[in-house]
Amino acid sequence: MPVERLEGFHTGREAEDEDEETLKRGLLLTSLDKAVSWARKQSMWPVTFGLACCAIEMMSTGAGHYDLSRWGMELFRASPRQSDLMIVAGRVSQKMAPVLRTVYDQMPEPKWVISMGVCASQGGMFTNYAIIQGVDSIVPVDIYVPGCPPRPEMLMYGILRLHEKVQKEGTIR
Amino acid sequence: MTAIELAEAVRATWPETVVSRGELSVVLEREELLSALERFRDEPRFAFDLFLGVTATDWPDAEPRFWLAYELYSMTHRHRARLKVGLSADDPAVPSATGLYPAADWHERETYDFFGIVFEGHPNLRRLLLPEGWETFPLRKTEELGGVNTYYRGGAFIPPVDKRTS
Repeated sequence: MPVERLEGFHTGREAEDEDEETLKRGLLLTSLDKAVSWARKQSMWPVTFGLACCAIEMMSTGAGHYDLSRWGMELFRASPRQSDLMIVAGRVSQKMAPVLRTVYDQMPEPKWVISMGVCASQGGMFTNYAIIQGVDSIVPVDIYVPGCPPRPEMLMYGILRLHEKVQKEGTIR
Repeated sequence: MTAIELAEAVRATWPETVVSRGELSVVLEREELLSALERFRDEPRFAFDLFLGVTATDWPDAEPRFWLAYELYSMTHRHRARLKVGLSADDPAVPSATGLYPAADWHERETYDFFGIVFEGHPNLRRLLLPEGWETFPLRKTEELGGVNTYYRGGAFIPPVDKRTS
């Protein structure tokens, strides 16, 4: 039965035609891009970087009950050289800031940062001389997770949003 | 010895000796601090062989402004004592106790770090907990509470959380 063609209505047949066009232009390249992004998001290794009470929630996120290994993330690496995600879990003191930046610089590209909890995001209750008022003044942050401390579900939600971002942003940055 | 017996033993030398809630506090002039510490350590009936720490309190409107508190404990007799020294705002300096108690080293550095009290004769009086190059003494009551000047973000002033706007 012929379908009446309406303005803005697509039958799907055109998409196939478009696919053929893209095939001629190099389908392999775009697919590889997606495949690499998918591989990156599905085995993201966080660096072991607990700073305060948020780290306890981060640990319980990785432990059996919440089981971060469902996304291939159970391996908290002790070496920044093998990691591609830094979860800043807790308040960063002025004296810790250079250390944090060093750890970030030692991580190989591509790398992402989650600012976990209100203290890492903007200083939180520690409005004083000792604490950095927002870790984004030292390292670029991809996802901010609010909460004091955020529950494991909230951290997992942040991680999943980061996965979405990694999938979408592609391999070329 | 109990705190009251200790107080009776030292009251002849230092009349400003107080026992409150079972704790002994001896108020000293800073010139007699080292001799007092030495006597408390060496006299066999006192034998305060463990230096528990030194810290300070700040009373910005009072004179003396700073009060140092030395906490001592005797492992031999199991009794405690507190030695207090008042310091004026324009000359917050005191002789170092590191010659008598090596354990005083880091305690004095910490007190210098946060209150700016100078321990004369200390072998290595520099910042302990705060980063090198820090300029203020943050636990003084005259320091800003809440809003902070941050080292990062180009030295910007960050207002307290409840005053921030997005």
